[in-house]
Amino acid sequence: MEKNSSCCFSNLSSNLPITCLITFITIFLHRVLNVIYRTGKPLGKRVSPQRPLSTLIVLGSGGHTAEMINLLLVLRKERFTPRFYIAAATDNMSLQKARVLENSLADSSETKGLSAEFMQIYRSREVGQSYVTSVWTTLVAMAHALWLMIKIRPQVVLCNGPGTCIPLCVIAFFIKVIGIRRSSIFYVESIARVKRLSLSGLLLYKLRIADQFFVQWPQLQRKYPRAHYVGCLM
Amino acid sequence: MGEARDGVKVKRVVFVTVGTTCFDALVKVADSQEVKDELYRRGYTDLLIQMGRGSYLPIKSTGDDGSLAVDYFTFSSSIADYLRSASLVISHAGSGSIFETLQLGKPLIVVVNEDLMDNHQSELAEELAERKHLYCARPLTLHQTIAGMDLNSLVPYSPGDATPVAKLINRFLGFPEES
Repeated sequence: MEKNSSCCFSNLSSNLPITCLITFITIFLHRVLNVIYRTGKPLGKRVSPQRPLSTLIVLGSGGHTAEMINLLLVLRKERFTPRFYIAAATDNMSLQKARVLENSLADSSETKGLSAEFMQIYRSREVGQSYVTSVWTTLVAMAHALWLMIKIRPQVVLCNGPGTCIPLCVIAFFIKVIGIRRSSIFYVESIARVKRLSLSGLLLYKLRIADQFFVQWPQLQRKYPRAHYVGCLM
Repeated sequence: MGEARDGVKVKRVVFVTVGTTCFDALVKVADSQEVKDELYRRGYTDLLIQMGRGSYLPIKSTGDDGSLAVDYFTFSSSIADYLRSASLVISHAGSGSIFETLQLGKPLIVVVNEDLMDNHQSELAEELAERKHLYCARPLTLHQTIAGMDLNSLVPYSPGDATPVAKLINRFLGFPEES
């Protein structure tokens, strides 16, 4: 009898880590599914519409940045405050354009103090870099993205490609899974994409990471029915 | 400024731009005798080439001998001034250059770079060509496009509008509709 109970006890203790692991995985999967289920569902009427939302704006480069600036021009800034701009470390032009936009806002409106921050992020792989060294640089880039996202914890993420936005969106997704912050992710596919989505766009669409997915040509909307056709931004 | 020499000759500039890319095939073909002759025949007087990171150097010419004047440079912080003073723009297929030119209301020929691996850029140029906002060419067909183009048949591009996106974002986040 005694023998039996101790055996039962040792059995339990050896099973404990496995039980914990299974419980953890179950909770985690449940959270992931829950987040995926809630992705794309509108937040509902805001209780206090005056309360602004902290917003992360991921700038691509060249044409991508021009499109994003056009979108920012028509958004009401007092709703999207503070604003955090992130661009690739190799791209100096984009943050410069965002600064020009923010300065023009500071001049024209009554908003006192700077409600914008500008940051750069390492890219996981530069054009032409070897795959061996890119393993290391990808890790560094991911750690850097994680650090920035934990610091910012944005309520809104605006992005329109290219690849720079992927690690940031994936981290925003997992921040939702852990339950630290529920952020709404908006992705606008570039105007240059008429027939096929970009790789970034395809990932965010297929993995259902983006809450709302916008395309600028009707052909794309027919192919990807969950996308919203919004006409040209440029 | 230098618009009329003895009140006879008015400058009509063709501006070629490759943006920040390397697109020697376009620079080379723009500098070819075939294309230069065709441009001159159509009444253009100057050819200005922004050659970017390419290595092919066009042959400079003052155009005194009754031909096209040719000049080039690598980069400029503001392409807008060159676009504004041009009578015809020949551009690579980058969306930045395309829309900057269209919004200035300049006639545009987009030349698609066939050497690019992921050539999604031709999608945009072909779509806009179908809507008659511009002409779309390949390096080898540029001179035919210049010979056959009818600039009066081009449809002016009306600038896009980001308010539909803003409206959907606001609605999603639960902000009240704009009055």
